[in-house]
Amino acid sequence: MKKVFSRPKSLKRTPFHYCPGCGHSILHRVIGEVIDEMNLQEKIIGIPPAGCAVLAYFYFDIDMGEASHGRGAALATGMKRALPDRVVFTYQGDGDIAAIGTAETIHAAARGENFSTIFVNNGVYGMTGGQMAPTTILGQNTTTSPGGRKEKRDGFPVNLSEMLAVAKGSAYIERTAVNSPANILKTKKAIAKAFRVQLEGCGFSLIEVLSPCPTNWKMEPLEACKWIDEVMAVHFPLGVLKDITGDKKDAH
Amino acid sequence: MRGNHVLAESAVRAGCRFYFGYPITPQNEVPEYMSERLSKLEGGVFIQAESEIASIHMVIGASMAGGRVMTSSSSPGISLKQEGISFLSALELPAVIVNMTRGGPGLGNIAPAQSDYFQATRGGGHGDYRTIVLGPNSCQELANLTYEAFDLADKYRNPVIILGDGMLGQMMEPVELPPEVQIKKLPHKDWTLTGAKGRPSRFLRSLLLDPIEEEEHNWKLMRKYERILKEEVRWETSFADDAKLLVVAFGIAARIAKGAIKRMRDEGLKVGLIRPISLWPFPYKAIKEFTKKVRHFFVFEMNMGQMLEDVKLALEGNGEVHFYGRPGGIILTPLEISRVISSYYYQKKLG
Amino acid sequence: MIEIDSELCKDCKLCISVCPHRLIESSDRMNQKGYYSAFFIEKNLKKEGRKCTGCCLCAISCPEIAIEVYRA
Repeated sequence: MKKVFSRPKSLKRTPFHYCPGCGHSILHRVIGEVIDEMNLQEKIIGIPPAGCAVLAYFYFDIDMGEASHGRGAALATGMKRALPDRVVFTYQGDGDIAAIGTAETIHAAARGENFSTIFVNNGVYGMTGGQMAPTTILGQNTTTSPGGRKEKRDGFPVNLSEMLAVAKGSAYIERTAVNSPANILKTKKAIAKAFRVQLEGCGFSLIEVLSPCPTNWKMEPLEACKWIDEVMAVHFPLGVLKDITGDKKDAH
Repeated sequence: MRGNHVLAESAVRAGCRFYFGYPITPQNEVPEYMSERLSKLEGGVFIQAESEIASIHMVIGASMAGGRVMTSSSSPGISLKQEGISFLSALELPAVIVNMTRGGPGLGNIAPAQSDYFQATRGGGHGDYRTIVLGPNSCQELANLTYEAFDLADKYRNPVIILGDGMLGQMMEPVELPPEVQIKKLPHKDWTLTGAKGRPSRFLRSLLLDPIEEEEHNWKLMRKYERILKEEVRWETSFADDAKLLVVAFGIAARIAKGAIKRMRDEGLKVGLIRPISLWPFPYKAIKEFTKKVRHFFVFEMNMGQMLEDVKLALEGNGEVHFYGRPGGIILTPLEISRVISSYYYQKKLG
Repeated sequence: MIEIDSELCKDCKLCISVCPHRLIESSDRMNQKGYYSAFFIEKNLKKEGRKCTGCCLCAISCPEIAIEVYRA
């Protein structure tokens, strides 16, 4: 018997503090696998968000530097410009990147800063208890959109990835999800490609990952995964939004 | 050379290769100079960021990576940077932040002022932290103090603020620039984020959820600040030995006061000056020493009374303090301030 | 064949839903964290002959990296 699946080496053995069925846990493992397979552990630097994943440095066995809420793109800009031959990535939630961090993210993309961003979209502010986020969809109930997000009162959700695809400096933008094994594998391929795009100096790359938040959506994990397919992905369609590389190669 | 250019050139000679800034009068010459200078240097990085908030966070990123980094702005922009400065202090990251103070509060004006003394020395950001604050009063001092700021920042792993003002930035004086530093010969930093090659991975963070850990971290910072308090206090005195009235002023106000004091000395008034150069750590002891010989102190600042509070703290109730301030960017001439000081001198029957 | 670390499991039931051979169920015993952890039942199915093919769908779905997979 040969072991064909085990914990990635670039993840520490610390058990996750995330809720049962949380997308962060799956995504952390997927990123760990990519770091292992592309041999990046010694040259990668990660920037965690403010949010549930603020303690990401307890899980990833790589260099990591804390950013204040929303400013990951600015930190990554400074860091990557200082160390152009390392791989720099930010890991940011929807509030971090599309509310407080919008300016920094859009301008990093516009300037074509050569780092990668993993944008975890679960449609709520998880860590602070489930408030409305820029990506909360119309009708979605949150603690600051009682009765569901209403157009007139709360405005429309933000499709940040589509906006970033317009920026001339963005090289590769894809939206995936982690709500099924097939989607998880696609997410892994997308992240690997984003790192490859960075290594080749093509410009800004971003993977938006639709991620379940069972606790704040008030659903069981399985139900949350279904909701992503049936409802969330209608407003945030999966697929490649921009790809200047034009190649169809896998990363490994 | 113009003050803003002196500051920029001195920073580059100190080994600064990373500058992130944003246009705001009266310091626009700094990003403009840096953009030109760094584009010609190997490894030089200049970014005009999308905001002062973005630029302070780029400073954090580049500092984490081990570089000598600088940002500059003026009053409202420095307000925007406060969270970043708190983070730099908490994370113990070296960085140089330049404030060319302008009239305020709010959008204010573009004339020179000294109304950011509290913001700089009391820390406008959240939490218990201190930044070293240096107050130059001439282009030469801009050159020297900016150069030293990078060494101080690295030595203590702390942000250093150069508290200038609009006049200092615009004035033109002859200056002797410091020699270029050899970047490769700078001391190695063993705490930076560079990719975990040949060593265990590390992280830099200021989130300490356990109050016991957070308390210990605060004490650690305080112990560092104690060391700075002991070793980095700077001040200068002029005509102070036999003074009956001691003027206390910093930065451009001290420059103007010096001119006034020369006039008054010519007329036989025994007025002297003590000029704090490090605004944090503030020269409390040096000022208190003077209370043995001097009873009257005259604080002159281009604000509504900020350094005044530190002077009162220094005196510990000994002696009388008179305050004369002009906010909003009004610049007195030496003649004008000499009249105010002389009138007070005679009023107090010191002549 | 798979090994589930029951102490890491948080009973999200994702592995149970993706196994094509229905070889995982919730245990009736609580783990230290208070979850009824997932439980590999291949051993109990010798008569039925349902066997793990090492497809890894469960391990891929598991947020806690609680599952290791072996293949012959």
